[in-house]
Amino acid sequence: METLRFNFSGGQRRIDGARLVGVVGSGNLEILIERKPLDGACEVEISTAAHGFGPIWEAVVRDFHQRWQLADVHVSINDMGATPAVVSLRLDQAAESITGSISGEAS
Amino acid sequence: MSSYQEATARQRIAGMLDEGSFEEFLPPQMRLTSPHLPQLDAPVSFDDGVAVGRGTIEGRKVFIAAQEGAFMGGAVGEVHGAKLVGMLRRAVDERADAVLLLLETGGVRLHEANAGLIAVSEVMRAVLDTRAAGIPVIALVGGANGCFGGMGIVARCTNGVVISEESRLAMSGPEVIETAGGVEEFDARDRALVWRVTGGKHRYLLGDAQAIVSDDIRSFRDAALRLADAARGAGTGLTLEALEAEQRMLGSRLERFGELEDPLEIWEALGVDDPHSVPLLETDAFRELAERHREGAAS
Repeated sequence: METLRFNFSGGQRRIDGARLVGVVGSGNLEILIERKPLDGACEVEISTAAHGFGPIWEAVVRDFHQRWQLADVHVSINDMGATPAVVSLRLDQAAESITGSISGEAS
Repeated sequence: MSSYQEATARQRIAGMLDEGSFEEFLPPQMRLTSPHLPQLDAPVSFDDGVAVGRGTIEGRKVFIAAQEGAFMGGAVGEVHGAKLVGMLRRAVDERADAVLLLLETGGVRLHEANAGLIAVSEVMRAVLDTRAAGIPVIALVGGANGCFGGMGIVARCTNGVVISEESRLAMSGPEVIETAGGVEEFDARDRALVWRVTGGKHRYLLGDAQAIVSDDIRSFRDAALRLADAARGAGTGLTLEALEAEQRMLGSRLERFGELEDPLEIWEALGVDDPHSVPLLETDAFRELAERHREGAAS
């Protein structure tokens, strides 16, 4: 397993509580999104079975942060080889389910 | 209709309980993950593949567990098993009206070896203790992975099993039988054979399942409540008389069907006129046919 951590600042949207989406199955992942006091940061922690894909993860979660602009949010991921497109969809699902909004742009 | 088979464990719980009533014990935020999997460099899940908690169904106080078949085939590890046991014990403490076990599992999580085996045996004990406390325990088997291994035994330790024709219930899985007995004994790639032997229709005809429903969350829920009510009326605890009746039933099954090669022959022996039509029947039509021929279920 490889662990990756990314930290983004500049977001404004805050959330309440915690949600879990997805499951840790082949080609899939689970995402736990939670409110956490982080001085306004959005922190993403990834545990993945596929080694050596750090730059791709960084691009995918950076896009996610740009879409949603979350603040004081911790995102934990258990990954079992999901493709970048699946990861993006799951991240949006997590953000949608906890904000009740269907699109990052709608804010 | 809302497919039970296609839903995740959490979606199944949400579809069973009154809206917003689910209160999860040890939720994913607590990160109670397997201590064994990281040693094998294998991925963990924040709920270790099972969600447990309590909620209501039309006002009844129901305790519920749902295994996630997509995580390690729903297999039972140490934490996973402890969550099931803890939920069952709390159901006794809090005098639940019923316990629903939404099982989708290959059985013991072999990665966790003895810890997984002990976990399954503790679940069996906890199911029987819950029944002895006067609380009906019902197993729901509707996932694509079916319910196998030690958890197949757990399912049959409950007051009743609700199954769909798409799902399966057995001890050893098809590949295990083929590996141990050879392809002449059992061809695990013959899907029609696999479903004839382990599928919901055969289980219902043999009396191993007490209800068969279409692949729909509400149908599973309603059948489970009916079985829970019936169990409460008849007494939920396991009795010596019930065990002896079960033993007689199994003995008679072996005597009548032991020499037969295929469930088709068993269905014929049960008096079904056209056994080849059984796999093709819709659930309602099948249930009607089965009422005339199925084995009386002792549970």
